[in-house]
Amino acid sequence: MKGLDARIAGNVAHRNAKLKQYKDKVKSPLIYVIVATGNIYEDVKQAQAAALQGADIIAVIRTTAQSLLDYVPYGATTEGFGGTYATQENFRIMRAALDEIVEKEGRYIRLVNYCSGLCMPEIAAMGALERLDMMLNDSMYGILFRDINMYRTFTDQFFSRMINTAADIIINTGEDNYLTTSDAVEKAHTVLASQFLNERFAYNAGMPARLMGLGHAFEINPEVKNGFLYEYAQAQMAREIFPEHPLKYMPPTKFMTGDIFKGLTMNTLFNFVSKATGQGIHLLGMLTEAIHTPYLQDRHLAIANALYVHNTMADFMNDIEFKKDGIMARRARLVVDETIQMLSDVKKRGLFSAIETGMFAEIKRPRDGGKGFDGVYEKAPGYYNPVETYLKKKLKVGK
Amino acid sequence: MFIKPYGDTSDDGAVQLSFTLPIKNSGRAKEAARLYVQKLGFKKAEVVHAEALSEDFTFFVAYGKTDISLDYSKVEYAEAVDKSMSMDEVNEFIKTHLKRKLVVVGACTGTDAHTVGIDAIMNMKGYNHHFGLERYPMLETYNLGSQVPNEKLLEFAKKVKADAVLVSQIVTQKDVHIKNLTELIELAEAEKVRGKMLLIMGGPRVNNKLAKELGYDAGFGSGTYADHVATFVAKKLYERMTGKK
Repeated sequence: MKGLDARIAGNVAHRNAKLKQYKDKVKSPLIYVIVATGNIYEDVKQAQAAALQGADIIAVIRTTAQSLLDYVPYGATTEGFGGTYATQENFRIMRAALDEIVEKEGRYIRLVNYCSGLCMPEIAAMGALERLDMMLNDSMYGILFRDINMYRTFTDQFFSRMINTAADIIINTGEDNYLTTSDAVEKAHTVLASQFLNERFAYNAGMPARLMGLGHAFEINPEVKNGFLYEYAQAQMAREIFPEHPLKYMPPTKFMTGDIFKGLTMNTLFNFVSKATGQGIHLLGMLTEAIHTPYLQDRHLAIANALYVHNTMADFMNDIEFKKDGIMARRARLVVDETIQMLSDVKKRGLFSAIETGMFAEIKRPRDGGKGFDGVYEKAPGYYNPVETYLKKKLKVGK
Repeated sequence: MFIKPYGDTSDDGAVQLSFTLPIKNSGRAKEAARLYVQKLGFKKAEVVHAEALSEDFTFFVAYGKTDISLDYSKVEYAEAVDKSMSMDEVNEFIKTHLKRKLVVVGACTGTDAHTVGIDAIMNMKGYNHHFGLERYPMLETYNLGSQVPNEKLLEFAKKVKADAVLVSQIVTQKDVHIKNLTELIELAEAEKVRGKMLLIMGGPRVNNKLAKELGYDAGFGSGTYADHVATFVAKKLYERMTGKK
């Protein structure tokens, strides 16, 4: 326990030292891109190129089937589909590759992976050991979108968030997923409701607000009149409601077609809203979204676009105020009102029943169904988990 | 009728290209890119933009003009649906001609975890103001979601006596979708359900031609809405029914 603790503390100290050393180069928002070749060594080339061009955060996409594996694979991945496995070796390889760029560029580059599916605590532990900086980690995503049992997910998200907190890892929550299955105008309040729930679950695991990268997304149909105003209102609202949280803003995907030129335009508007509302973590849209995993040049065009927008409107946010009763202020109020209504309904029914009746993402999941349920047992009276006890004490959880 | 790309004059053959070469950006690299475009068969090649992506890679934007033309009258392609009916028309058609509800089962199969395609076609809400199949009164629909093994999909389709099975494939890296789609056809063959139920594929990188090649009844690519799929299912089943009579 002591050895592990020292290693994790060492990772935190190293990160903090580098962040301090290179603090002049910190961008706002941080530019986040994805690599997804399925071969960790190809991923390294693309990640390094992206970091050199200006990316601050590199996420290594996981291979499509890992979320449903009830174990963590071992070793380096060279033949994954749509991504690599989250393994400790892959984490180590990418961390070392990015650390090279950190010194070369004099800028800290963050590494992200997926702490979701059936192995949330296991992957959190690997990330803590190998100095990942962020983890995708949602309190309900597995239940809704991967049909994982809810007892299992709520337990796992709690445990994994304690580990992430101990390692000072920023979580990214998955609210963007609500909008890929539901309409972004009608169901905007489900995003805010989920942000509140994710925040509460994270606080319960001892996590401070500065580690909560609450998610949301730019997914309104581009044909909706004033759609941009609704997007802007939603992003501004999230910023005001969660002032200390490094909000994670996700790009358009649902209405991206094969028209790469239109896609680039949509991404420019998305970049604008992100800068105008002071988002923390900015996942860049790719002009080739919905076509293929990003080419080297796709990522370059996305970074160039973001750097241009962010620079040309650097102080825009401080120079603008909103009409008190304008379209945007009214929109934000409507979303807040609907969120309060929804959360009151959830409270009345209880969260489990709310999920069972399809209140989230219009997906119904039974409490005694889903994957991983066969591994769920009630705690015996003499149950003792030294790691849990240790983490709770360290993070002052449950006091 | 011979055709060529149109830039700003008839038959100028102008084409816009962008690509990356694994070389360091320099004057020599730019010349290499120009020669490469020429090698592709373009007569006049011009590199208008070169930018380093890293020390080892350079991105180019280039224009070329080609002499190559194509006889359009010899191009063959059959759309799965020529003219799609509206939701109401489909329902009316099924009521009048097939006189029973049709059963449609959909899934995103294999390891593919993306439900966005199958949801766009099936979900009540639909996509881009086109209601999904769940909203059609004359369709009984089952959306099994993502990561459904082919065996499970066919087993379920048999259980509910499906008239049509919709298979969505979004991830196409290393042609994983071809392997998976082929496996489903082979299974359907072995289970003797091929020919009994319509097998339909969908996804941004598939089309009707690929579907026919792999032995499916139809394939729908990007820009497809539920009305297209519903029209095909209703008309094809009617065709089969009357053909058998």
